[in-house]
Amino acid sequence: MSAPRNIWIIFKRELKAQFNSMLAYVFIVIFVVLAMALTFWFRNFFDPGAQDASLEFTFFLWPAWLLMFLAPAVGMRLWSEEHRTGTVELLLTMPMAPWQAIVGKFLAGLAVITIAIICSFPIVITVSYLGDPDNGKVIGGYLATFLYGAACLAITCSVSAFTRSVVACLIISVTICFLMLLLAVPPVQDYFTDILGGKLSDAISSLSMFSHYNDIKRGVVTLPNIAFFASLIGFCLFLTSIVIKTKRS
Amino acid sequence: MIEVEHLTKRFGHNTAVDNISFTVKKGEVLGFLGPNGAGKSTTMRMITGYIPPTDGKISVDGADVVNAPIVAKAKIGYLPEAAPLYADMTVVAFLRFMAELRGKGEEDVERALDTCFLDPVRNQNIDTLSKGYRHRTCLAQSILHDPDILILDEPTDGLDPNQKQEVRSLIKRMGEGKVIIFSTHILEEVEAACTRAIIIDQGRVVADGTPDELKARSRGAGAVAVRITGMAGSGIRSELAGLSGAADVLGDDKGENGFIGKVLPAKSGDSLSKEIFELCKQKQLVLEELHVEPGRLDDVFREITVADTSLSE
Repeated sequence: MSAPRNIWIIFKRELKAQFNSMLAYVFIVIFVVLAMALTFWFRNFFDPGAQDASLEFTFFLWPAWLLMFLAPAVGMRLWSEEHRTGTVELLLTMPMAPWQAIVGKFLAGLAVITIAIICSFPIVITVSYLGDPDNGKVIGGYLATFLYGAACLAITCSVSAFTRSVVACLIISVTICFLMLLLAVPPVQDYFTDILGGKLSDAISSLSMFSHYNDIKRGVVTLPNIAFFASLIGFCLFLTSIVIKTKRS
Repeated sequence: MIEVEHLTKRFGHNTAVDNISFTVKKGEVLGFLGPNGAGKSTTMRMITGYIPPTDGKISVDGADVVNAPIVAKAKIGYLPEAAPLYADMTVVAFLRFMAELRGKGEEDVERALDTCFLDPVRNQNIDTLSKGYRHRTCLAQSILHDPDILILDEPTDGLDPNQKQEVRSLIKRMGEGKVIIFSTHILEEVEAACTRAIIIDQGRVVADGTPDELKARSRGAGAVAVRITGMAGSGIRSELAGLSGAADVLGDDKGENGFIGKVLPAKSGDSLSKEIFELCKQKQLVLEELHVEPGRLDDVFREITVADTSLSE
């Protein structure tokens, strides 16, 4: 059987499981409601003195913070649940390579996140109606949000391979995502500059998802920025396969 | 069909399976026996490709499980211990999912539902099923692709006596054209369904043969149970003990009413029953009952595994 077919079969089942467990609905609703509420209430969207009609400082300010909690919630049961119920034994004795199951599951989680992101699209329509937003930044903002969500999900995916406890997976994943966000926050950066010097501190903050997220959000869609997210996701999925393999032996 | 050569599995310093070798041919139903923690499940998991072996080779119908796992896995149907399932799915959706992964279609799902008597619950959610139905659902996924090789880890565990009987007859029926390996604690099951049995203890094969061959190895095998009257019990006992083929005489003296008990043979295959018959004829005793015991599998099981455990201690 071909790899894309196997990935598709796993993807379908996992996506159905996400919606069956109501988790996907909860995720989508919370993401959209919070993103809108934060945009309108906390950033004074309608404030006449606002910088411009751009969404950069209003709407696209929040997804990184929301996805840090919500992406782990989507991904927490991907492998933990398989280990807890023992179904991993069924899955891995099927005639397919384990990586196909890993990719299929990851893509199913990513589909839920993508649907949630798409559901926030009315804000763009609103802004287009009210003013003339920079479309490049809107596309950049959405691309950044998508990649950031995918990275948080990939981190969660590898954590879920470690533990059979869904709650432990959620807490650990949120912590890791939070730490990776923190690396680029000025006080943390200053701390590293003080003890490690400028170059090392720059290297550390370049590992932060937040700085790459901000770059892409601003429309700086460069190869290093895309490569950062792609390699982070690739590494996490590879780590997942290693963990699953070593867990069995 | 299945060739296992020098299979070893170590978890850290703990050796779960220690240099096991055996072959299973088409048409054989192999019972895997052994105390808890003997290495039965680990061996089965290695054959199915779930756990990689530390050492040794497993070949399934010519396909090496380590080097060609996908080819080997396609030939095997596997029922893991505790029959894990996706609880959020309905029975039929679960079977469709597993069938798709095996490249099989709707007719295979229907056949599996039919074989495992799952039709009444086909649209029921798995988390609402009774244990028996859950077990059968997991068994159904293992036969979706009509595999040549079936590995069943405790297929009757937790079932009620009727369900056990159903699963046993299912195993026996399917066993004719396939290779089936199943593990169990229940020794009658081996006698009821297996053509061959392997006893594993502490990761090693300690006995391998047909159920009859294994039974013949028990201490009680070949013992002659008798009921004799016509003389005082103690007298009959001493006469029986004096027979050249008798190793020991166990049983109750019934005073003047004779003797009921067992005569253990000195060597297996001796014509002890004939000797007893001749004795009765000669002494004019009444031989009311006589039968040769075939030996019991649980005796062999206990003797082999207990002896082994005490040795290692």
